[in-house]
Amino acid sequence: MSHETPIAPEPTPRTETPAARPSPVIAISGLSKRYDSGFSALKQIDLEIQRGEIFALLGPNGAGKTTLISIICGLVNATGGSVTVDGHDSVTDYRAARAKIGLVPQELTSDAFETVWNTVRFSRGLFGKAPNDTHIERVLKALSLWDKRKNKLITLSGGMKRRVLIAKALAHEPEILFLDEPTAGVDVELRRDMWEVVRELRNSGVTIILTTHYIEEAEEMADRIGVINGGEIVLVREKATLMRQLGSKQLTLHLQTPLASVPPALAHYPLTLAENGNVLVYTYDASEAGDSDHVSISALINEIEAAGIRFKDLHTKQSSLEDIFVNLVRERQ
Amino acid sequence: MNLQAVRSIYFFEMARAGRTLLQSLISPVISTSLYFVVFGAAIGSRIQEVEGVSYGAFIVPGLIMLMLLTQSVSNASFGIFFPKFTGTIYEVLSAPISYFEIVLGYVGAAASKSAILGLVILGTANFFVDLHIQHPFMMLLFLLLTAITFSLLGFIIGIWADSFEKLQLVPLLIITPLTFLGGSFYAIDMLPPFWQAVTLANPVVYLVSGFRWSFYGISDVSVVASLVMIGVFLAVSLAVISWIFRTGYRLRP
Ligand SMILES: Nc1ncnc2c1ncn2[C@@H]1O[C@H](COP(=O)(O)OP(=O)(O)OP(=O)(O)O)[C@@H](O)[C@H]1O
Ligand SMILES: [Mg+2]
Repeated sequence: MSHETPIAPEPTPRTETPAARPSPVIAISGLSKRYDSGFSALKQIDLEIQRGEIFALLGPNGAGKTTLISIICGLVNATGGSVTVDGHDSVTDYRAARAKIGLVPQELTSDAFETVWNTVRFSRGLFGKAPNDTHIERVLKALSLWDKRKNKLITLSGGMKRRVLIAKALAHEPEILFLDEPTAGVDVELRRDMWEVVRELRNSGVTIILTTHYIEEAEEMADRIGVINGGEIVLVREKATLMRQLGSKQLTLHLQTPLASVPPALAHYPLTLAENGNVLVYTYDASEAGDSDHVSISALINEIEAAGIRFKDLHTKQSSLEDIFVNLVRERQ
Repeated sequence: MNLQAVRSIYFFEMARAGRTLLQSLISPVISTSLYFVVFGAAIGSRIQEVEGVSYGAFIVPGLIMLMLLTQSVSNASFGIFFPKFTGTIYEVLSAPISYFEIVLGYVGAAASKSAILGLVILGTANFFVDLHIQHPFMMLLFLLLTAITFSLLGFIIGIWADSFEKLQLVPLLIITPLTFLGGSFYAIDMLPPFWQAVTLANPVVYLVSGFRWSFYGISDVSVVASLVMIGVFLAVSLAVISWIFRTGYRLRP
């Protein structure tokens, strides 16, 4: 991957502080979708995507991620609600709205008998842009596809096809890029390269909305994270805040002598015994504890000491985004 | 108007045909030649003349129409069915282009292909019989209008079909019988009166008749009726297509 070749146009400075709250680049309000089958895939979605951010949409299979993206991009008709893209309504002013968007779909689709070069060039024309072979060359090089440009798509591997889809989406220099599970079926090294491209795009001002099942990816890449489940947005949070606030923490004490049961003096704490009474576990919600969690933990430790329990070792563990996610989804089911 | 996009679709489709030039041109030319051998030479030697035109020459306009109709329908239906089938249609649907531009690109390409094919067949026919075209301008008009109208019909079929079987079904069950019974190989007044009346309900008769008139000045029905019939066809196809896009039928769930 070449790092000195930006693949997006005219870098615009990014506002680093969300405090100023610029107008959102995508505003979704009251969006709902009921498929002809009668199935309600989206229920009253309200969501704003900020300009220049990387937004990760997480959710289990069938949560409605692809449906949401498809409505924004014009592939699926909404049943109710509205979407504006940079101020343009996605239905009444679809030309202006769609011109700003690049979409990498979840499904691998390709014109089997076309060459990489032709199919990427076609995408640019389709979006009404005059041919610009230099730009297409840059995109193909950034995605390590330059050597394959004369190959027919049918001769490419799955990971390469996925990159061709990304190249197609970038061919018309979009300001907003949707990546619907871009790393499904892509090997580790390639995945890293792909994220490198995504970061580069973000640095040049492109807003990126991605869905993924690899939670560590969202954890690593995203500025904000939204969780969707059963057609409802259950949470939208800055990633850092989310990690700080929502993860429950565990304090684990390794005891010098095993306990048969938690002493009654400590019954008002949610304590459990593990490993045949050798380990005492205290689970607490970091968001509820807030700044006072140190206080309550020192109080707890004092009381444990007072109860005559001695411990060899202690450690705390904060749950990962994955744990948070799994908890959230389980809660709603 | 996103002309760039229309051009992209159009040339993409034309390039696809270019790669399959063999099927696109050679096979219709061969089958037309076979029709000439069988109908023109074998049967034509027993039928001397139809309304003052040798039988070989008489069937030329009908043959071209036959090819024009079937090729327009199959080109256009395949052209839109294929991206729908492979899923690549997502890109066209997410692009900043109107329905009209999508149709212009796909149907324009399909109609161009079959119009070119029609002219190639005309050239082929020239080897077998002496051709005189009395109204060349009207001949071209009929050729183009038919190519466009039946490409629109093919486009509709391609969107409606959700399997390869269905894609073949309409051409096989409707288009082919109508064209064979549409007076390609005979003049209507060669039929018994009852079948003459039945035949007049076949829209293809009007197309063949008008097209033949542009060659030889002879026709089964009036030229105006032929033009009106094409106009009606065109209008109905356009209405169906605009309904398809308005409702998202089979394209946008
Ligand atoms: N065309 C359709 N007709 C009927 N139901 C549909 C259609 N497309 C999707 N659905 C249903 O809508 C729900 C949401 O689907 P969607 O593809 O948006 O999920 P997703 O979050 O993208 O899932 P995944 O992680 O598996 O990609 C699913 O229950 C699915 O079965
Ligand atoms: Mg999906």
